Amino acid sequence: MNWELLFQLTLNGLIVGALYGVVAMSFVLIYKASQVVNFAQGEFLLVGAWACWWLLTTFQMPFFLGFLITLAFMTIFGLVLQVVVLRPLIGEPVISVIMVTIGLSIFFQALMKWMFGVFAQPFPQIFATERVNIAGLEVQSVYLLSLAISVLIMAGFGWFFTVSKHGLAMRATAFDQQVAQSLGISVRQVFAMSWAISAVVSAVAGVVVGVVNGVSSALSFYGIKVFPAVILGGLDSVVGAVLGGLIVGVLENVAHFFDSEFLNWGNMFQIAPFYVLIIILMIKPYGLFGTKNIERV
Amino acid sequence: MLEAAQVSLRFGGVRALTDVSFAVRPGELFSIIGPNGAGKTSMVNCISGRYRPTEGSIRFEGRDITALKPNARAGLGIGRTFQNLALFGHMSVLDNIMVGRHHLLRHGFLTGMVYWLGGAQKEELAHRREVEDIIDFLEIQHVRKAQAGTLSYGLRKRVELARAVALKPKLILLDEPMAGMNLEEKEDMARFIVDLNEEWGMTVIMIEHDMGVVMDISHRVMVLDFGKKIAEGMPEEVMANEHVRRAYLGEADEVVTDEADAVS
Repeated sequence: MNWELLFQLTLNGLIVGALYGVVAMSFVLIYKASQVVNFAQGEFLLVGAWACWWLLTTFQMPFFLGFLITLAFMTIFGLVLQVVVLRPLIGEPVISVIMVTIGLSIFFQALMKWMFGVFAQPFPQIFATERVNIAGLEVQSVYLLSLAISVLIMAGFGWFFTVSKHGLAMRATAFDQQVAQSLGISVRQVFAMSWAISAVVSAVAGVVVGVVNGVSSALSFYGIKVFPAVILGGLDSVVGAVLGGLIVGVLENVAHFFDSEFLNWGNMFQIAPFYVLIIILMIKPYGLFGTKNIERV
Repeated sequence: MLEAAQVSLRFGGVRALTDVSFAVRPGELFSIIGPNGAGKTSMVNCISGRYRPTEGSIRFEGRDITALKPNARAGLGIGRTFQNLALFGHMSVLDNIMVGRHHLLRHGFLTGMVYWLGGAQKEELAHRREVEDIIDFLEIQHVRKAQAGTLSYGLRKRVELARAVALKPKLILLDEPMAGMNLEEKEDMARFIVDLNEEWGMTVIMIEHDMGVVMDISHRVMVLDFGKKIAEGMPEEVMANEHVRRAYLGEADEVVTDEADAVS
């Protein structure tokens, strides 16, 4: 057995999994606040990555400046999307809202292809050293950055939900909009804010993946990967989203390892998370950390 | 303080409220009573903004608030509790109460990030102190870290009151604060309401079914029946009112008893 490869892949899995976790959290954020299942989450990554790439290549900006402008742009992007497209849908059946997010996903996919073409475009080089050696394992330096950013975002989310005024308002809104309003919380603001934050956080993940693999429409595939992660962890649990992301990331890579070493079926890593998802949901239908509906008798 | 002028509320063909007018003076403890389905909660919902009256207007401190959203009304100083408990069950008692302070917290997401620099810490401490005062007052110190959903009914009612009080409202709307409580819990709750009114200076509008409590602590009482106001005045006056006795207090109505006799 090739232990070194297994470790390498597990480490990659953890790093990629952390990214899945970040995207999953931003997915959960929207679901928690407004009960909308956002099928266009992957396109948030795509739009963010293309925006950053465009700023860096067209204006020759330094990476961090371009990155910050991208974040600012994504804040506005999320706000506008919520206000223009989703706000009129408040009170409509869930299925209509889901259909609209699927529509948004197709629209942005096509728009990005139209604006930037169908080929993967590499980011300009950001780090002087491409790879770092940690305990004998090769790690891309951008992956390290991504891990740091992921952890930072997760801590930020934790702080946001438990301590900050708006996080508390968001939890209150998720629980009961009427009551939240009676306590002086503007439900519209909470919704708009959740979309903005979600778009920004997804864009961060998009840029990181873009730097590693180049920017292409494949990025939006992350939006699909997020589903096993989120459902695994429970749709409304932030901690669950993170763990779900990590599990899916590691599973993919371990599956890849066994596939390439022993089975040689090819592409098993793509579907392995979904098999595990089915098994876990058979045992724990609410996901690992999801809210069970407890009834007092 | 609060004036309702010819408020009517219709849901399709159902008339929940018809031409209800009344005024609540500052510092008053005002009760709304009436049989089930009389429109008491609808009236309170019109004041808190959950419903918008079909006709008529509602003024708060001289300002027309008929078209304002509920959260804007909360910002003006109208707090409320709900008939069916509406606590955030998965949050701690403390967090539940902190949500009530939402509109008083100036520091938002960004300024809060620089927690120690921007005075957010100082602000939070001040808020925590006030929240602790409220907790002390309502005697729920022992459960402040508990998950709200796990508490007993009487305690949850108190936490809900604490959350509404945390808003620092000038006017507080209590929808059946004592429903489903035992005698001891009712006495405690009545004491809290009187203290809120007298010591904390809040104007109170209360819906309650327990006549003993209503008559004891209210300054004035309004009676609704089938969405119409049938009486308003001091508790004794209302008690003495003939319409009220018929409609609500269960006094035998001659016409009805005669018919019943005839049937048997």
